[in-house]
Amino acid sequence: MKEEKTSRILRTLPSEKAFYFFTSIGNYTGERAISFKEFMDKINQVTVKSLEFHLYRGDFEKWIAETLEDQELKRKIANLRNRNYSGTALKEQLYKTLTMHYQKIISKS
Amino acid sequence: MKVKDNAITLDATDLKILDALQNDARQTYTVIGKRLGIAHSTVYDRMKRMERYGVIKKYTAIIDIDKIGAKNITALMTVFTDPKESERVAKKLCEAPQVLEVYTSLSEELQIIAKVVAENQESLHIFIANSVAPLPGVLRIRTSMITKKFKESQLSMFNNPKKLTYVKQKKNE
Repeated sequence: MKEEKTSRILRTLPSEKAFYFFTSIGNYTGERAISFKEFMDKINQVTVKSLEFHLYRGDFEKWIAETLEDQELKRKIANLRNRNYSGTALKEQLYKTLTMHYQKIISKS
Repeated sequence: MKVKDNAITLDATDLKILDALQNDARQTYTVIGKRLGIAHSTVYDRMKRMERYGVIKKYTAIIDIDKIGAKNITALMTVFTDPKESERVAKKLCEAPQVLEVYTSLSEELQIIAKVVAENQESLHIFIANSVAPLPGVLRIRTSMITKKFKESQLSMFNNPKKLTYVKQKKNE
């Protein structure tokens, strides 16, 4: 992975580009992530309800593709969505996918 | 109407004119005057004065959104804020065209309550996620979609005729 691309994925974002965690339409939890690392950490903190809400709306994929500009991770999240995980299993799989991807980026940079 | 030290005092005639206008703002000065037993020029002068001092903010139409086929949704949004930022958040919400009303309320925490309209649930969510949640000082948001409206009216001090008498009596005391 090119250094430029890596630093773009790992950069700290301005608040207007952060990912804001909701549990349903218009219900903001107060949790947000301003970087990929923080996003990964927040996956373990927010409720499963919030994860299900965003995953099945395609919000994670959209943010990852458009803001982090990481197409590879977007595909991984799409695959996860297609497996229809829910509850704790979803949280675990999501966290695992993100940490593995994070380790891969870090090791190549 | 009397203005002293920036304080506006309305007399019973002013209140009756306002009452008439709240019932039907398209009435002519003559019709209002006849109804109240005063000259149309008095009605004109008093209305102009009340407009100048902002007692009458504007004349508008109340539209039945359902009848014109608009498929808007309305929601009540409660924004919990850091008390230091609440004023700024409330002002920012006032700037958004989809926000119709904004209030602050203090229960256990400081809250801003806003009435919001949107084309559909998705556009409501996009507005809240992109324009409200990122505002500095916003701690969390709760939104309730309105499913049925049972009553909507403007608060009027003239709904109860006894109140008019009360105002008049108080002035005469």
